[in-house]
Amino acid sequence: MAKPKLASVWLEACAGCHMSFLDIDERIVDLLGKVELTATPITDIKIFPEVEVGVIEGALGNEEELHLAKELRERCKILIAWGDCAVFGGINCMRNFMPAEQVLKEGYVDTASTVNPDGVLPRQDLPALLPQAIPVDRAVKVDVYVPGCPPDADTIYYVFSEILEGRIPTVPTDIMRYD
Amino acid sequence: MENTKKNTIVVNPVTRIEGHGKITVDLTDDGAVDRARFHVTQYRGFEIFSKGRDFREMPVITPRICGICPVSHHLASAKACDAILGVTITPTAAKLREVMHMGQFIQSHALSFFHLSSPDLLFGFDADPAIRNVAGLAQEYPDLAMAGIGMRKYGQEIIKTLGGKKIHPWHSIPGGVNRSLRPEERDGMLAALPKLKEDLRKALDLVKNYLAENAELAARFATIETSYLGLVKDGNLELYDGRIRLKSPRGRITDEFDDSEYCTHIGEHVEEWSYLKFPFYRPLGFPQGSYRVGPLGRINACDDISTPEASAELAAFRKSTDDGMVHYTLYYHYARLIEILYSMERLEELLNDPDVLGSDLRITGNVTNREGIGVVEAPRGTLIHHYMVDDKGAIERVNLIVATGHNNYAMNRGVEQVARDYITGPDVKEGALNRMEHVIRCYDPCLSCSTHAVGKMPLKLEVRNSRGDVVRTVIKE
Repeated sequence: MAKPKLASVWLEACAGCHMSFLDIDERIVDLLGKVELTATPITDIKIFPEVEVGVIEGALGNEEELHLAKELRERCKILIAWGDCAVFGGINCMRNFMPAEQVLKEGYVDTASTVNPDGVLPRQDLPALLPQAIPVDRAVKVDVYVPGCPPDADTIYYVFSEILEGRIPTVPTDIMRYD
Repeated sequence: MENTKKNTIVVNPVTRIEGHGKITVDLTDDGAVDRARFHVTQYRGFEIFSKGRDFREMPVITPRICGICPVSHHLASAKACDAILGVTITPTAAKLREVMHMGQFIQSHALSFFHLSSPDLLFGFDADPAIRNVAGLAQEYPDLAMAGIGMRKYGQEIIKTLGGKKIHPWHSIPGGVNRSLRPEERDGMLAALPKLKEDLRKALDLVKNYLAENAELAARFATIETSYLGLVKDGNLELYDGRIRLKSPRGRITDEFDDSEYCTHIGEHVEEWSYLKFPFYRPLGFPQGSYRVGPLGRINACDDISTPEASAELAAFRKSTDDGMVHYTLYYHYARLIEILYSMERLEELLNDPDVLGSDLRITGNVTNREGIGVVEAPRGTLIHHYMVDDKGAIERVNLIVATGHNNYAMNRGVEQVARDYITGPDVKEGALNRMEHVIRCYDPCLSCSTHAVGKMPLKLEVRNSRGDVVRTVIKE
């Protein structure tokens, strides 16, 4: 049987969930023997192919991220929301109390060391911010939720092992964490 | 790859880097490279949404800027908080923070080299993308892959021992740390070091052989003569706490100043095509005042390294050029491994210091200063946290200059140079794209950090004609 394919992406997040995945350490060799990594941040494949498992780390905070979430949803059978940002929106949602324009102005004009007399804001060739940062399931259907900031490596390993066994996992409470 | 109307090649996203970015290359009408740009495409807004929070929360909030080097943000933030309290932390607290920091350098540099960059060196820039990654490495070079995994694990375990978690640990608090180190934990950390050093020596040999065998490539690849910035203590390489030094391309010390004075020396320029700002040395202006940071920046900026084995390796490194200043961008990998060696030696020093088992962990206090600045060397370069608070300690203003930003100008120049060397006309080979991406990988940019931010960094390459119309977009498949 062909190895199941996996695609993952990190959207509005810190990469901590992908790092936590690498924290499964030696077990990664075994796992990589059982699944085929396609488009992920640690490989050079850029476009999501049709895959069995799609994984999203991060909230959706700009137009490109929204687009990528929809694209991956269309091309995968099981979609995993990975980590607090993907599941709840996470720390990114702290900006939701103010307009996106104000968020940009603060970062690119008002900060102490910035020298920007003309008030230039980054826009050209760049995805625009969504009015609010939102969790993945506000835009697309999610099949598996794995919260945690980040989820522990053992939790991640458990989730992948279950999926490889053909089961849709529910993270047991003793290894689930919210922090 | 994606074709659009006119002359622009787009690579999106750039992969095997830590963050999201794209590259655009503009061509002239006769197909030569006119301009290349590296765009960082995400911004998250930590500066604004931290407002109103109590400053004591910042060492927990700001690590979420980056899951790859959360410890750097944790420590820079804690140092800024110490300054607000107006306290000097105890020797035990300072040394325990540095122990965690060394763990962080070991794990983060190991990730950059073994997991992300070594596949290019071992398989070649033109190798099949399907194997040119950590999975391919595990298959073809299992010993090296396991050494890398082991080294990263070691650093992560140190972080977890002190901070409870490998990613986003919580150990430093304003005024000190919240947990001591037990003797048996220290002993375990010390016992594992000799084997790791042995593994590191093998990686150093690998890089040195590669650079020797590919000397011509190394001399040319994205090489750019710049100034270099990094922390020093008594002129030596320093990663946790020192003065900020700027060295000129010819090796003269241009300036050296206390971290609390950063704002009068460093400014940040904004371009409308990237969410990543461009820091520069104020007296020289932008772009003349651009400089580089990170392993190569620090190695060039310091006089020497305080630990013996790393010092000897630094001497060998400096023999690569006549005047000892190494501008070759591929040497970032070599410099990175020297820093792992230093981190291991420094860790050994710290763990053998009786202070590290002390129990005097924290100095309490109230808001004494309305402003606090904390600076550390993150794996990718100098990291600056600057907070202003009200008299109760609520955050009023935040300024963050994140390591990768300092290298923004150089990354752009390097990408453009490689584009000129490898691209003629819109028919671009995959290997050329991967080479441009490798320029970015040399700097090991942490783009989620660098835009602290609303941040994401796919890399796409656009080719544009002389009128600025997009001719072609390339996304590697």
